[in-house]
Amino acid sequence: MSQTITIDPVTRLEGHGKITIQLNAQGEVENAHFHVTQVRGFERFSEGRPYYEMPGLMARVCGICPVSHLIASARACEAIMSVRIPSTASRLRNMLNLAQMVQSHALSFFYLSSPDLLLGMESDPATRHIFGVTAARPELGRAGIGLRRFGQYIIELLAEKRIHPGWVVPGGVTEPLAPAKRDEILSMIPEAYTHIGLALDWYKKIADGFKAEIEVFANFPSLFMSLINEDESIEFNGGALRLIGPGGGIIDDGITAAKFTEVIGEAVEPYSYTKFAYYKPLGYPEGSYRVGPLARLNIVKSMGTPRADKELAEFKQLASGPVLSSFYYHHARLIEILYGIEKIEQILSDPLILDKQVRATAGVNRFEGAGQAEAPRGTLHHHYKVDENGKILWANLVIATGQNNNAMNRGILQAARQYVKEGKFTEGILNRVEAVVRTFDPCLSCSTHAFGQMPLALSLVSASGEVVDRVVR
Amino acid sequence: MSKLKVATAWLDGCSGCHMSFLDMDERLLELAELIEVVYSPLVDAKKFPDEVDIALVEGAVASVDDEKKIRKIRAHTRTLIAMGDCAITGNVPAMRNPIGPEAILERAYIENASAQPQIPCVVVPKLLRVVRPIHEFVKVDVFLPGCPPSAQTFHAALTALINGGPLDISALTRFGA
Ligand code: SF4
Repeated sequence: MSQTITIDPVTRLEGHGKITIQLNAQGEVENAHFHVTQVRGFERFSEGRPYYEMPGLMARVCGICPVSHLIASARACEAIMSVRIPSTASRLRNMLNLAQMVQSHALSFFYLSSPDLLLGMESDPATRHIFGVTAARPELGRAGIGLRRFGQYIIELLAEKRIHPGWVVPGGVTEPLAPAKRDEILSMIPEAYTHIGLALDWYKKIADGFKAEIEVFANFPSLFMSLINEDESIEFNGGALRLIGPGGGIIDDGITAAKFTEVIGEAVEPYSYTKFAYYKPLGYPEGSYRVGPLARLNIVKSMGTPRADKELAEFKQLASGPVLSSFYYHHARLIEILYGIEKIEQILSDPLILDKQVRATAGVNRFEGAGQAEAPRGTLHHHYKVDENGKILWANLVIATGQNNNAMNRGILQAARQYVKEGKFTEGILNRVEAVVRTFDPCLSCSTHAFGQMPLALSLVSASGEVVDRVVR
Repeated sequence: MSKLKVATAWLDGCSGCHMSFLDMDERLLELAELIEVVYSPLVDAKKFPDEVDIALVEGAVASVDDEKKIRKIRAHTRTLIAMGDCAITGNVPAMRNPIGPEAILERAYIENASAQPQIPCVVVPKLLRVVRPIHEFVKVDVFLPGCPPSAQTFHAALTALINGGPLDISALTRFGA
């Protein structure tokens, strides 16, 4: 008899998801799916609203990476206005986005995944959480809380509010940076270096203990995509997108926000409210690709800051071409935290950052505009059409989680096949399958912006589609 | 004194209220001396416990799953807190109400899809016709407005609830805060 295992909800994840695993009559894994169960409707209900309201509204897609939505949305509006924003505004927004990247990566690594890495994939679920981590290794737990606070507090200093600030507007930002705030941010940097140094040292020591997971945690050849600068260094706001193949060769390059829709399409699968992005010339699903920290580090040649460059060189030693196992998202995430801290320090060391000219103004000069940015978990794209009064006629968003959707589904199947044998599984085995999803740090509120809520469930279903088992922990 | 059992849950929200809860930062570790988080996206419990002292719920009720969840939470919770504007008024998720679920699904999964356009229907829950705040389904004990309420607000409210002290919400926060 065939069966289905359901994991519902997938926990230590940003949003609502379920996993189902289908078993055949022999108890072997036939298939597995990651279901996102929320839908929200932003693309539709933003119609009729003035375009300059879009950043504030679109930030509400996601409370974890509102800044990336603010920036991608403001950039789409600026394409409609045809303005170039003052360079100080652009650097302030870059800093805001980096601060968000640091806090969001800290959330993913320390609050959501470190319980598996420190306490063990099969440890007692009752204490497998951030409080358990802090009890077992206080300095590690506190480093994570400290790094998240570092990022969130910089956002508060720059933009007045940690979540959904109103500071980023079409044309730039509303207020210049005050010298006292710059000094306060700079004074927090040494502690942040200590925290990330501790985490990187610890991660490198334990990574070897996860060889088995590295083998099967979404470890397969795929395409990768991220923003990159002309000098091939990492970029979160400007630059253009590059797509590379599994061997590292460039497949497409210079994909600007305006060109994005020409080359990236979205497919729908019946089992998820999150769509599946793909590179159109290769079709679906062959054109599926991965985004986020692993993709970025695989694509760029340098970070452009000394400490992170040293770490990048070491990271590149992990494989002769792109690093393929999604387990390494964890490693890449820590390197990006280090980069974020260094880059913020670099940006603040230029006195021009205090310049008072931080906003450009204009009306509607074009009826269509697109903007993109790197969110912590990957490329984010906003695309709007307006009428001559600036009223939104149409909107589409392509978020990171949709771009990783195919790889997440393949990844849980790969891990389930490895660990579920003869229809037998334990709580710890199912936690391993969930841990594959955690490496991607998917954001389910983001990914279902389209219309609702994204649930994640894990079920074990037989080949005939029957639910064999459903684990409730 | 045994620790108070606390749960957090999200329905149709953006997780911003949960993020603001986490913004209590190190103060969370102090709170952890007095409370135990027994159910939350941050811990591994898959089933809502039978007896919870305080539950904080983010988001509006938008799907059949949300409705089931909020009824279950209410049945097993002593003090239910509607956390944030979405939970209290419907806020952003309710912006779809004049349009209706079909038009929204149609736009996302048919018009704005370039391959396999279809409305997802396997395992994913059905959407309710109208998105509504929590108190239209169950009794709410404490309303904590804000989009999101600040970490300071969470801390003051939780401290008051834990110690049984006075709680003046209007002094702590406001809608859209
Ligand atoms: S109230 Fe605001 S912060 Fe909270 S879930 Fe709703 S939109 Fe997000």
